[in-house]
Amino acid sequence: MSTSMTLDCRGRRCPLPVLDLARHIDEIAVGELITVEADDPAARPDVAAWCRMRGHEYAGECAADDGTPAYRVRRLH
Amino acid sequence: MGAYLDAAAGAPLHPVARDALAAALDDGWADPDRLYGAGRRARLLLDAAREAVAEVLSVAPDRVSFPANGAQALHAAVLGTLAGDRRAPGLVHSAVEHSAVLHAAEAHEAAGGRAIAVGVDRFARVDPAQFAAACGSAVAAAALQAANHEVGTLQPVDEIAGRIAVPLVVDATHVLGHTDVPPGWSVLAADARMWGGPGVGVLAVREGVRWRSPFPADERESGRVPGVPNVPAIVAAAAALRAVEAERVALAARHRAWVARIRDTVARTVPDVEVLGDPDARLPHLVTFSCLYADGEALLTGLDRRGFAVSSGSSCTASTLEPSHVLVAMGALTSGNLRVSLHRDTTEAEVDEFLAVLPGVVADVRAELGAAGL
Repeated sequence: MSTSMTLDCRGRRCPLPVLDLARHIDEIAVGELITVEADDPAARPDVAAWCRMRGHEYAGECAADDGTPAYRVRRLH
Repeated sequence: MGAYLDAAAGAPLHPVARDALAAALDDGWADPDRLYGAGRRARLLLDAAREAVAEVLSVAPDRVSFPANGAQALHAAVLGTLAGDRRAPGLVHSAVEHSAVLHAAEAHEAAGGRAIAVGVDRFARVDPAQFAAACGSAVAAAALQAANHEVGTLQPVDEIAGRIAVPLVVDATHVLGHTDVPPGWSVLAADARMWGGPGVGVLAVREGVRWRSPFPADERESGRVPGVPNVPAIVAAAAALRAVEAERVALAARHRAWVARIRDTVARTVPDVEVLGDPDARLPHLVTFSCLYADGEALLTGLDRRGFAVSSGSSCTASTLEPSHVLVAMGALTSGNLRVSLHRDTTEAEVDEFLAVLPGVVADVRAELGAAGL
């Protein structure tokens, strides 16, 4: 499965990673994935909550090459 | 203008407590274990206070002791119940307990014990069957709050008490003086600050429950709390509890209506907001919501500038920079989180003013972050 876009949100504190995600979601095609790499622990619940509130799919968590948590979101509309 | 709406962090001192405190500072300052006149007067005041609290909890007075504050009451409740059964290493607790319970669980683990956290649903409620199933043979005690301190959801304490064989430690901090205390507790902890008393804790151990002091002990307070008790604070706490119990039903009805109004209005007037906790089975006086694209610290500052004191579980407001473990466990949005809690002096005009200023405060914070239109 290919990732369409990756956002580097290292050092960006809550709620900035979710704002970054909202700003860029329209730049990928519907059905594609956007990955948010964020070291703020609040990004984990908040990316998932954003998906629920905005009607996109939270596609789970993985890790970037440096170990930073990465949260994947599939654009649904 | 503005209002103190953070009663769940401590209600303003009840006027009855203020009077009782002043009187007890004059009459109850001496060591109640001394046999001379001043000691005997302190003992009479302490005994009467203990009887009043015991009556509210429907137990004998000798089952009630007074730790220094709510956190120490929780530590003693959890660790003392575990110490009552040294054969089993396990403590079961919900994932959304107060940090004092989690700290006690950490201390238990550091001492070689085992702690099992049971998850919650989106309202922050534990599932009774799941919680009871976790209380297996190697478990010495279970700990469950009567109501969640951050989102107000009531826990199924009595249903769980009927299903488990181990003693159930109940954190009654936010129900005592506000709503019915579920009778299923074996050991109970509470905090007088939450009902308008001064800072003093309550620890109650039901008859027949094995509890042993986890700390160095002496003969005071039935061996449960060492040192000379703070008699004036205990007297004031008991007087306030008796007073709030008398007005509780009427006050809860008023608070319940205002909380329902806050839940409805916030959902209508603030875009992109999640109102949290069970809409019905909840504390009467506490309401919580999270705002997308807003940071909690900026919201607190904006509200403080308008005279409103509330609290937040967002990570930016925590010294650890971690979001609230309660919000994380229930899978809620943690950004822009606000908890509003009412007390007996809260007025309808204050609630209305809060609801009038809130949308603007949220909009200002979002504008500052460049979130408009997202």
